[in-house]
Amino acid sequence: MTERTLRGKAAIVGMGETPYYKHGKSPDSEFELALMAVVAACKDAGISPHELDGFASYGNDRSDAGRLAAALGCKEFRFSNMFWGGGGGGVCGSVANAAAAVATGMADCVIAFRSLAQGQYARYGRGAPVTSVGGDDAFLFPYGVMSPAQRFAMKITRFMHERGIKQEALRAISLACYHHAQTNPRAVMHGKPLDEAKYGNSRWIIEPFFHLYDCCLENDGAAAVLVVSADRAKDFPNKPAYLLGAVQGCDHRSAAPVHNMPGYDSSHFRSLAPHLYRMAKLGPADMQIVQCYENFTGGVLMSLIEHGLVKAEEANEFLVKDNLIAPDGKMPLNTSGGNLAECYMHGLELVIEAVHQIRGDANNQLKRNDTAIVIGGPMVTPVSSLILGSEAAL
Amino acid sequence: MSEFYLPEGLPAPTAAPDGLSQPYWDGTRANKLRIQKCRGCGAWQWGPEWVCHRCHSFDLSWEDIKGRGRIYSYQRPHHPVHQALVGHGPYIAVLVELPDYGNVRMVGNLLGDPTQEVRVGAPVEAVFEPHKDFTLVQWRVV
Repeated sequence: MTERTLRGKAAIVGMGETPYYKHGKSPDSEFELALMAVVAACKDAGISPHELDGFASYGNDRSDAGRLAAALGCKEFRFSNMFWGGGGGGVCGSVANAAAAVATGMADCVIAFRSLAQGQYARYGRGAPVTSVGGDDAFLFPYGVMSPAQRFAMKITRFMHERGIKQEALRAISLACYHHAQTNPRAVMHGKPLDEAKYGNSRWIIEPFFHLYDCCLENDGAAAVLVVSADRAKDFPNKPAYLLGAVQGCDHRSAAPVHNMPGYDSSHFRSLAPHLYRMAKLGPADMQIVQCYENFTGGVLMSLIEHGLVKAEEANEFLVKDNLIAPDGKMPLNTSGGNLAECYMHGLELVIEAVHQIRGDANNQLKRNDTAIVIGGPMVTPVSSLILGSEAAL
Repeated sequence: MSEFYLPEGLPAPTAAPDGLSQPYWDGTRANKLRIQKCRGCGAWQWGPEWVCHRCHSFDLSWEDIKGRGRIYSYQRPHHPVHQALVGHGPYIAVLVELPDYGNVRMVGNLLGDPTQEVRVGAPVEAVFEPHKDFTLVQWRVV
């Protein structure tokens, strides 16, 4: 039997982003933003949007795939896929689903995208404006547990408590993201540096581990990547970023109601990460580029540990700013600024940054740039992560 | 001092149209704490579901339990995310583990000073907080 794998079967050959705005500040409608990002990705790849034949997204994206295909005049429409779950859990999964489509011949030219204009819709950081709630929410909302931060905070409290990891480790993650944003003109927080004092003096969102700067932004914009099969990848003008490994899902019963999942203090990658590395035929020590979704810095911490990139018992020593910044840190993290400081594009900007690094044209370019790990929205269900690489990594 | 831990105006709990959690909310109304127990394999289960995750029996009973547990985790939110919480100040939510019932966990508020130090592992007991149309279950350190 032939090996079942996506390793080396598909590649990202095009990327497109709109300008990134503070939430509510986009002059364009959400669907128009999606169209702009898709058109930009096609331009980057040197093909017409007429050639697209599939769309994959996540987070209940409101920009309907069929409407996109019609608006863009796609000659054929052969693949559409929505990754279940909220937030950025599906960011890597959407790319992997696009890759699965082109690798298996279901489609040839698939866009993975995300479009968000929160000014035109509800914000994430607020509880839903409802007067009554049922289901799982009925056991949480009346107690003031309703925003994403509040839903996840107790996982992080428990994780930190059990392992003795300190706030300073989380601070280093935030400082690194803001540091990288200062040399990224596209970043929403470009020109707004962060230091230890500003972090420490920032207001509590939630004690004990959520200062303001531990929390992601909320933004408007859209981003898209174009995925084709590996055998076509060299027909496009840019250096391809090949998919080496992909996982999606969660741990055993991660979605058990009212915080009853067995492995509670988790980003939900514990059982997935070994599958990721197995498919990629690489290990954590091989990852040269690390992009890890920050909904909250505690989620980054847990994701890094569960992917074997940081050891829990070394987290307090290792997670210091100098180790996390480009170009010379031991493990440069979120080199464009990520969800904290570039843009909260539900993590697709992290995929795009990984591809920039592999291409060699990133704002904070790393010297070793053949392998990249991208980790999607921790603590939601399902989550997903991805390993990409240059041709040299195949 | 208000008779409620948090201000009124937060979303009210309902059993939802499928009625899955109706026995729980009926129970709290009568100052009874109830969770599911599988008649097939005896496993305790919380939150409510239609099937036992262990043996897949659909025959789940609702059992009255003692409201005693220990703090498994907690948070002290400061930032108000709902209009009813604006100006209220910090409050404490706890995740309580119930060792006598298969270590199921419940979420509620920790009564008392909202600035109090919270200790993971501290023993707590349930306190019923009746509202006009529903009764919440809160926790206090014992």
